[in-house]
Amino acid sequence: MTDRIEKQIDINAPVSRVWRALTDHVEFGEWFRVKLDGPFVVGEESTGHMTYPGYEHVQWHAVTRAIEPEHRLAFSWHPYAIEPGVDYSDEEPTLVEFFLEPIESGTRLRVIESGFDRIPAGRRPEALRMNTGGWEAQVKNIKQHVE
Amino acid sequence: MSSSASARRADTDEATAAIFAALGDGTRLALVARLSQGSACSISQLAEHSALTRQAITKHLQVLEKAGLVSRRKSGRETLYACQPRPLHDARRYLDVVERQWDQALGRLKTFIER
Repeated sequence: MTDRIEKQIDINAPVSRVWRALTDHVEFGEWFRVKLDGPFVVGEESTGHMTYPGYEHVQWHAVTRAIEPEHRLAFSWHPYAIEPGVDYSDEEPTLVEFFLEPIESGTRLRVIESGFDRIPAGRRPEALRMNTGGWEAQVKNIKQHVE
Repeated sequence: MSSSASARRADTDEATAAIFAALGDGTRLALVARLSQGSACSISQLAEHSALTRQAITKHLQVLEKAGLVSRRKSGRETLYACQPRPLHDARRYLDVVERQWDQALGRLKTFIER
């Protein structure tokens, strides 16, 4: 169990190119499939609507948290908030961070989405990670025991 | 999408958040780990190998019970607690869904840049 998702992809293009695809709101919209109303501005809300086929009715809401040129882009949002008519504003948002790093073939991009729980940060990820790998076995144990 | 589907989805979100919150504490995680090893335990049994007081253990078990991670039944004069693995699977499934979304988005990003 963990409260974060971590993904990594290598892209055959220089960091500056990947950075533009992330931070230029029109380019971001192209691959993320969202039509954004305006550029990302730190501390401000970013609005728009999805263009992903079948999800055009879904609004995009995020708050830009950090723009560190060619290194890190961060925003907070409500993950997978795709149901129409559901107000997600009462839920704690998660933080999405993109990290860029130059590699020989181009750029290594890491995405970390964190905060899938609601309690203060710090000890939580460590506490949750403690049992990673152990859960499946433990769950099997209890299953065998119960059944 | 029907309104009942929306309500269900909101419920699921709330429940998932409760599971993460309940497990986001080393003591509670240790209690779940202990209970998931086998038979149901009483508070006295749980307190035996722990630095915690019975009162503290009771409080943590209440949080876990509310999140659906442990169940409770009476056995004579004792109350026995047992691990309920199902919510753990639910939480994992939720992360799997979000994870798949990212896989797809990053794949599109790579294609978009390298085309």
